[in-house]
Amino acid sequence: MEKLLKHERDFVTPGDKIVESMEFLPGRNCFRDGDSIYAKKLGLVIVEGRVLSVIPLNGVYMPSRDDMVIGEVTDVQSNGWVIDIRCPYQAYLPLSGVRGFIDSSKTDISRIYDVGDIIYGKIKMVNSSMSVHISMYDRICRKFSGGRLVSVNPAKVPRIIGKSGSMIDMIKTKTGCRIVVGQNGLMWLEGEKESFAIQIIRLIEEKSHMGGLTNEVEKILARGVIDEKK
Amino acid sequence: MKRNDGRKPEDLRPLEITAGVLQNATGSAMVRMGRTIAVAGVFGPREMFPRRLQEFGRACLKCRYLMAPFSTDERARPGPSRRSKEISMVVRNALEPAIFLEDYPKAAIDVYIDIIQADSGTRTAGINAASVALADAGVPMRGLVAAVAVGKINGKYVVDLAGKEEDESDCDLPVAYLPRDGKISLLQFDGSLPKKDVKELVKLATKACEEIHKLQQEALMKRWMK
Repeated sequence: MEKLLKHERDFVTPGDKIVESMEFLPGRNCFRDGDSIYAKKLGLVIVEGRVLSVIPLNGVYMPSRDDMVIGEVTDVQSNGWVIDIRCPYQAYLPLSGVRGFIDSSKTDISRIYDVGDIIYGKIKMVNSSMSVHISMYDRICRKFSGGRLVSVNPAKVPRIIGKSGSMIDMIKTKTGCRIVVGQNGLMWLEGEKESFAIQIIRLIEEKSHMGGLTNEVEKILARGVIDEKK
Repeated sequence: MKRNDGRKPEDLRPLEITAGVLQNATGSAMVRMGRTIAVAGVFGPREMFPRRLQEFGRACLKCRYLMAPFSTDERARPGPSRRSKEISMVVRNALEPAIFLEDYPKAAIDVYIDIIQADSGTRTAGINAASVALADAGVPMRGLVAAVAVGKINGKYVVDLAGKEEDESDCDLPVAYLPRDGKISLLQFDGSLPKKDVKELVKLATKACEEIHKLQQEALMKRWMK
């Protein structure tokens, strides 16, 4: 096999050549031009067998099916709601996406969700013309009341969640906060130590490219304060 | 031959690139080429307004180049001018081939370039800053874009014209170059020169662009790998 020009976890900028070989396949955020594979975005290289991909370090959220997102209701229409999910496209929550039968001619649907409400929903459909539909059918979907809403870099969300939720679970249990993370980079927190939890999340966001972050966060959580000097 | 500022003909001005200078932008960069300073901010991809200008199957790249009133010796009238509108268009055309616009159908990518201090070569500094800012914003790209202006003074080819050199030179030839593809995305030409000279100058410019490209990559690395 051809030797890789960039290795696992190497930093790449757009247009950096990762390998010059037909034996590899371009994965996420990579593209092939001629014999070579190049990075499409700024990020870190990931090698999974023959597939090369790049984990982006920055970027906006792109909606995809089955993602759980947090959004704000921006408009109430006759048979649905317009939701802002912090992506280049508006999302729509139709009446059919809400549990139970609602007769829109008899009920004022703004009593269910009103402008300014924050909801946690699932993306049901994204089509080629980028119309995004949300559904609240899932049991974990809900409307938030109280708590705090934090916006983070959507590219860092997988790091905040950790491998099968290890990082976020640790923060939840140690701080006693209720935390909900949307794939689109919005987070909702509620609890006594929510400020502390936010500080930790900011730290993870900043140091996301470093290894051994889970251990570091575990230490900080045990200590109960973030060392400012570090 | 030595130039006004003591450079050799093929030398660039001291070049400094910083990525991530604006807090509210998705991506940003500042480029200092000698005494020319350009700041670029990228917002988006975000929703395209007005809606009727949305393009099906691809994003719309919107560029705005502006010179600050205090950027020149004599105060420049604030707001867009004929010149700045033209350069905005030229910068957009220089950046467009480098971006995967088809990844964000119907969206808009806003690029704002502000010249804070002008000492010739503002459009090239603007392109350099904008390309770093786009990469910093995580926009999918085929590669970075580097740009430099070249000219001919007293029979000598010179790179990166500064200040008075622009008037002394027989021509002003800004070049934007995509180092990965080896393609040129901007080639403007003021003045008159034989064909042979132009070819030589373009070759010289692409070489200088390779140098700038390395600095652009370093700037991004510094920003993200603290």
